[in-house]
Amino acid sequence: MAEVAIPAGELAVRRWVAGSGQSGLRVALFLLAPFFLVLLVGPWLPDWLRIVPKDWSAPFVGWINVVVEVLRTEEVFGLFTFRDITRAIANLIDYPLDFVEAVLVAGFSDSVPGLPWIAVTGLAIVLGWYLQGRQLGIVAGFCFAYMAIFGKWELSMVTLSVVLVAAPVAGAIGVALGIVAFKKAWFEKLLWPVLNVMQALPHFSYMIPVAIFIGIGHKAGTIATIIFAFPVMSRLTILGLKGVSPEVREAGIMAGCTKRQMLWKVELPAARPTLMVGVNQIIMLCLAMVVLASFVGAKGLGHDLLNRLRSLWIGQALEIGVVIVFMAIILDRLSQAWAEKEPEHAREGPFHVRHPFATAGIAVVVISYVLAAFIPALQLWPKSLSVTTAPMWDAMIDAIVVYAFDYLELIKDTLLVHVLIPMRDLYLLLPWSALLVFAVTLGWYYGGWPVAGIQALFALYLAFAGFWERTLITAYMVSFAVIVCVTFGSIVGIWAAGGPRRSKVVELILDTFQTFPSFIYLIPAIMLFNVNDFAAIMAIVIYATIPTTRLTIFGLRTVPHDIVEAAIASGCTPRQVLWKVRMPLAFPAIMLGINQTIMYALFMVVIAAFIGTTDLGQEIFRSKAENDAGKSLVVGLCVAFMGLMADQLINAWARERKKVLGLE
Amino acid sequence: MVLDAKIACRNVWKLYGKDPEGLLAAHGGNPPDDAILEDGYIPAVRHATLDVFPGEILVIMGLSGSGKSTLVRCLSRLIEPTAGEVLFDGQDLLKIPAKELIEIRRHKMGMVFQHFALLPHRTVLQNVAFPLEVQGIDRATREKRALEVIELVGLKGRDGYYPRELSGGQQQRVGIARSLAVEPDVWFLDEPFSALDPLIRREMQDEFLRLQTMLQKTIAFITHDFDEAIRLADRIAIMNEGRIVQIGTPEELVTRPADDYVANFTRDVAREKLLTVASIMEAPADGETLSDAAVRQTDKVADVARLIIDSELPLRVTDGDGRVIGAVGRAHVLDMLFATAGEARG
Ligand SMILES: Nc1ncnc2c1ncn2[C@@H]1O[C@H](COP(=O)(O)OP(=O)(O)OP(=O)(O)O)[C@@H](O)[C@H]1O
Ligand SMILES: [Mg+2]
Repeated sequence: MAEVAIPAGELAVRRWVAGSGQSGLRVALFLLAPFFLVLLVGPWLPDWLRIVPKDWSAPFVGWINVVVEVLRTEEVFGLFTFRDITRAIANLIDYPLDFVEAVLVAGFSDSVPGLPWIAVTGLAIVLGWYLQGRQLGIVAGFCFAYMAIFGKWELSMVTLSVVLVAAPVAGAIGVALGIVAFKKAWFEKLLWPVLNVMQALPHFSYMIPVAIFIGIGHKAGTIATIIFAFPVMSRLTILGLKGVSPEVREAGIMAGCTKRQMLWKVELPAARPTLMVGVNQIIMLCLAMVVLASFVGAKGLGHDLLNRLRSLWIGQALEIGVVIVFMAIILDRLSQAWAEKEPEHAREGPFHVRHPFATAGIAVVVISYVLAAFIPALQLWPKSLSVTTAPMWDAMIDAIVVYAFDYLELIKDTLLVHVLIPMRDLYLLLPWSALLVFAVTLGWYYGGWPVAGIQALFALYLAFAGFWERTLITAYMVSFAVIVCVTFGSIVGIWAAGGPRRSKVVELILDTFQTFPSFIYLIPAIMLFNVNDFAAIMAIVIYATIPTTRLTIFGLRTVPHDIVEAAIASGCTPRQVLWKVRMPLAFPAIMLGINQTIMYALFMVVIAAFIGTTDLGQEIFRSKAENDAGKSLVVGLCVAFMGLMADQLINAWARERKKVLGLE
Repeated sequence: MVLDAKIACRNVWKLYGKDPEGLLAAHGGNPPDDAILEDGYIPAVRHATLDVFPGEILVIMGLSGSGKSTLVRCLSRLIEPTAGEVLFDGQDLLKIPAKELIEIRRHKMGMVFQHFALLPHRTVLQNVAFPLEVQGIDRATREKRALEVIELVGLKGRDGYYPRELSGGQQQRVGIARSLAVEPDVWFLDEPFSALDPLIRREMQDEFLRLQTMLQKTIAFITHDFDEAIRLADRIAIMNEGRIVQIGTPEELVTRPADDYVANFTRDVAREKLLTVASIMEAPADGETLSDAAVRQTDKVADVARLIIDSELPLRVTDGDGRVIGAVGRAHVLDMLFATAGEARG
């Protein structure tokens, strides 16, 4: 049926390209030919086809700034400005924020202190035990005790309180938008692309507008966190509601549900598993963002980490990094355990039998308060007893510098001189028209005219936004990092997919690493390579290798068993099974991994600008310093569109491929 | 029959495609097959007319994709038919406003689903009480009623369990209890036992019959298993590619299948267990000597076969009042047992 819609001429081209024989090569040639053609004639192209002249660039920045200016200063009904409204709304967030912080650590007044650290730790144990079992309880207890004993209690609790406030608010916004989109098709059509862009926008792009409309500070950090985190929940709400089985929905109708009852009593509860995935993700996104939000003045762990990194106190930075890592691990494990927890029928009996964990929780709080009243060290771990690991880390870094400095320098310089800089120069020669041709050809081939059109729009935006060179530098760093990531990630993935034990271990490591806020990955990069392009690329590589590895394992391990058996039965060696059967079948999954790797790399490249690069990230930083909202958004969109271009092409390709392989 | 149908449909159509109403209108409400298929329409139900009488079990049968589920969902208006009438107690369901429809569903209809369709986050008790809850009945009342139904389906003591803590058979008992909680008049069951393994299925069929003897609901029951249909049905409607090709008692379908499609279903049936003496007897030939022994016309052949075969002479067949209305001999029994479907029809 689909073929009817394609004009005959186009069909003929497609037939010819995909024709018999070496079709893979033919396709590649066909798709790349226009691109290389433009490159070849490059030197004779008129200048404006290579780089859009400055005065031709669309004044996006100016336009946005005009809008911002209007919103900031023009008064509605002569009463208040848009900024007044946003500030008023933002002030509301102070109440829950202050409250949670008071409960966790700050206290309401001198006579009503916050929870003692042993109470919070005890509650974490009870919660972990309740959600999954004793083991998780112990892990939770360990993580929180660590924060106290290593003298990071107050910072940790401030960070935690932001997460505890931002996550539910973001979740509520996300679910609400998701519900509306589910009910109204036109709203979904509108929302979906917005979500796509928002999820591809680098963290920093959110911060400047927030800073302008709300100001700098803890509150602004929280708001930025909320805005950053809610899209994932909207998306999952839509998916979850659409995934409710038609039978369950019919059961609701037959019971005589009204529309409202249907939503609240049937659809949302039935979508719980998907929504809970969202809860986990939103918590992790909030943590990642609140660490970064220190750039606009959020307090807590991120703030201190930022200061230490700025002063290059690597030991102390590492120490905070470890605490953030523990925070990430425990939030992730607890929220996942919550998502996976299945309801169980309650036992009969008095309160403490029916609700053993609630009883334990109450007991913990009461006992802690009583004990803390007598032993102050149980209220707040005293500074004098705090253990610090910073000297150890410093010693370690010294050792690395002493013993490995020369080698590290050698590696760095060799790569810089022989690979990175030549590669960068090559990229800088790329005319924007070549990118346009390339994107449109690929888009058309794999996704038809609509995809080609969107690709063209993205490419034109990049060309005309006025940051073409920066875009190319970003592209070069990202491509280099992605090449390294993919090579490394697929090797590890192939190795790990070799046996169930291996893959389990590797997956555990990856899962853990993936929960860390991206900012953390800067620490080892700076530690080893100081502040430069190379360190930035290293940080990207560490962070962005994870998805490729993960999806390589997934792809290889989910190849249908009977196909593998059939291959073995026809006499394939293990090597042949891998390369002739499993790899081709796993390839779509691996490509999606690479897709994510590109996204991660783009996110990281912006964060890495913090340690001195000359790409788009640097522009975003500069715009922050200049308080230039327009520029920060325009540049942020450059990054987002690069990601979305790759995303759309790879997805179109993977869909086509899966159809061919019958894997849908 | 003189009885009024409890629920009925007249000329119901359900077409999927671009503009189904337009297609029907263009062909005067009865488009020919080639017109439907040519334009890429999917005829899920075509021209269906059907009555379900009070207290009757009507089984709807057919191969996968023949339109059974769609037809039953048109009867409850879970699916909006493209054309036709659906009569519930003589009232056209397709014309009544949404509010009233909700009321009818809340009080007069119950439905059981193939994959149970339980709400995973609710206990057995809460699942069963759910239809009462959405009516706004207070908690004590609805839980009391729910407990009664739970006991009725044999799940007493499990009311605090969650669906995933129950076996498939138990889950479907919950589904049944939920559909019965509002004491509906009409009961729809869409392949309720197909997802269960054979032993449990048999047990659930017995359970279903037990409930029906007690409750006397009006039932539309879907299955694609003819043995199940025979066990449960008062009448069977057979569907093929959206059409109802035959409606009749199990015996009628076996003895007089309307076409090869129906005959295919009935081919492997154990006829002797299904057919009565009446369907194989003949009028006694003039002057034929009959044995003194007699069988009733309503006896199943399997139950009296021994008697007939052991007798040298044909037996008398009597009706309810003891009058002789026919004769049956060895030859009749053997013919029936070894007849192919085609011969049986002739
Ligand atoms: N929403 C829909 N859109 C298009 N076609 C549909 C839709 N729903 C059902 N159909 C088609 O209508 C026909 C009848 O479907 P229906 O589910 O009623 O069959 P069924 O007899 O219940 O089959 P099964 O035994 O598999 O449950 C099928 O060909 C099906 O593909
Ligand atoms: Mg069906």
